[in-house]
Amino acid sequence: MQINGVEIEDTFAEAFKMWGARLIITAFSHHWAKIAAENATGFATSVIACGAEAGIEGEMLASETPDGRPGVSILLFTMGPKGMKEQLMNRVGQSIMTCPTTACFDGSDNGEKTLEIGGTLRYFGDGFQISKLLEGRRLWRIPVMEGEFVIDESFDIQRSVGGGNFLILGEDNRSALEAAEAAVEAIQEVPGVVAPFPGGIVRSGSKTSSKYKFLRASTNSAYCPMLRDQVDSALPETVNSVLEIVIDGLSEKAVAEATRVGVQAACQPGIVRISAGNYGGTLGKYQFHLQEILGSA
Amino acid sequence: MDSSLDVGLVDRGNRNEVILTLKEPSTIPIEANKISPDNFLDRTQDEIARLPLLYGRRQLTIGDLFTVDGEDGDTIVLEGDLSHVKHLGRAMTRGSITIHGDVGMHLGAGMSGGQIIVHGDAGAWVGAQMSGGHIWIHGNVGPMLGAIYTGENLGMRGGVIIVDGNAGPRAAERMRRGIIVVQGDLGSFAGARMIAGSLFTFGKLGARPGAGMKRGTLLALQDLTDGVLPTFRYSCMCESPVILRYYLRRLQTWGLPITEDHVEGRYRRYTGDATTVGKGEIFVYDEHK
Repeated sequence: MQINGVEIEDTFAEAFKMWGARLIITAFSHHWAKIAAENATGFATSVIACGAEAGIEGEMLASETPDGRPGVSILLFTMGPKGMKEQLMNRVGQSIMTCPTTACFDGSDNGEKTLEIGGTLRYFGDGFQISKLLEGRRLWRIPVMEGEFVIDESFDIQRSVGGGNFLILGEDNRSALEAAEAAVEAIQEVPGVVAPFPGGIVRSGSKTSSKYKFLRASTNSAYCPMLRDQVDSALPETVNSVLEIVIDGLSEKAVAEATRVGVQAACQPGIVRISAGNYGGTLGKYQFHLQEILGSA
Repeated sequence: MDSSLDVGLVDRGNRNEVILTLKEPSTIPIEANKISPDNFLDRTQDEIARLPLLYGRRQLTIGDLFTVDGEDGDTIVLEGDLSHVKHLGRAMTRGSITIHGDVGMHLGAGMSGGQIIVHGDAGAWVGAQMSGGHIWIHGNVGPMLGAIYTGENLGMRGGVIIVDGNAGPRAAERMRRGIIVVQGDLGSFAGARMIAGSLFTFGKLGARPGAGMKRGTLLALQDLTDGVLPTFRYSCMCESPVILRYYLRRLQTWGLPITEDHVEGRYRRYTGDATTVGKGEIFVYDEHK
């Protein structure tokens, strides 16, 4: 299968069960909402070392947010509800509450479990916190030096999909990077997904083994151009740069759609092949077959 | 306020409609706590007509004083001058009552669900000690709106009351939860001994607001009639506080005339009552920033 002369390899991305949360951060301006969002989703590329995978889902108009202020929607993924509570407490407490003018609301629409976040964070108010209940939604008002931090008492989380991916095999760095940037831009238009790595792009993809016993993952040697002659390489002769896009989403459908639009956008001049990372189908619950997904377009 | 704006806030009854028309106006108090959707369901027209009510001190039936049209319904429509008919919808849990005309005291007292709409004025103790449901009065109401009965512990414990006109003294007395919105002025002692909850007026807040309140929120979009009690302290000027933005935007979706000036404006905040725990608050709209 080819798109714009780019080969779509007959393979699949293997993805895993995760738990996801959507937070709506509002502030005096988009500028401040985005600063809080970037902080809260910072250092959240891989759940292995960061505890969570997270990213900005999109900006929200003032008319779309609960308090009528500019907002940013972020998604956060962890392996389980317990880890999610810890991550939300830390990230909301340290990155959102501390940021000037912000408020934080639950943006979930398909929650399966409920975590008390504002209901725990309220103790920062040292007894001066105030709760307000309207139409079944309880908000906590925590007095802070600048005014008041308003946050939902609880946040719903849902079963999600983490680790969707595809690989962009380019003739050179510039081609691969431009294709990856185009893919990320396209993915950002899909609701319910984020690409959690820096700029949405991974240059240091990994395999789940290592010659070192103390290491669980190591560089994806089969896709490293500099190792083409030293390992069982997966790269054609003309490929000299590979970038990976990792996709986490609130649903399998959203990840599939993000994969579809991302791959389509990445099929640009200078790209030789689009591939995907998997473990032979033995580890992950979800499989995203590239040709099947692209064929459904 | 057109009742069509109620849509979205309230859950309407979904069964048959029963129309009650008062045969003759009366100045004799009529205690009609059996007129409630809960009591009309699964009853024939005759059975509804035989339900008891008090006419002064005489025990009569609904059929003696009202014409009854319909059966087995949780949607009740009342017509006529009902200003001396008391306890309508008392303790109701579901369905709806729509009243075309004025209505007497204790409307919807103790209700926990459903909705009541009045196209007229209502007497005292509307929604007293209610715990759920919605009441919308397209007129004025008397004293003790959503308040507490003597000897009880709590006033309103949940639900929503909206009044298009003015409300008398002691609205939301000993309120624990829920929201009352009065689009006109509030009488004296509004929110007295309040424990929590929200009482908003789009007009002026009467004398001695929040007397003895522990917690809870009073809001005046115009001003204070007679200032605040000396046991309240000015805390700060709040610029478009997020919590008020949230509430006012919800009120907008209910069809209430909240302006952008209200949402974006500045509010003086007072806290008290210092004679209790002093964690109540009064917001007074100051100006558009």
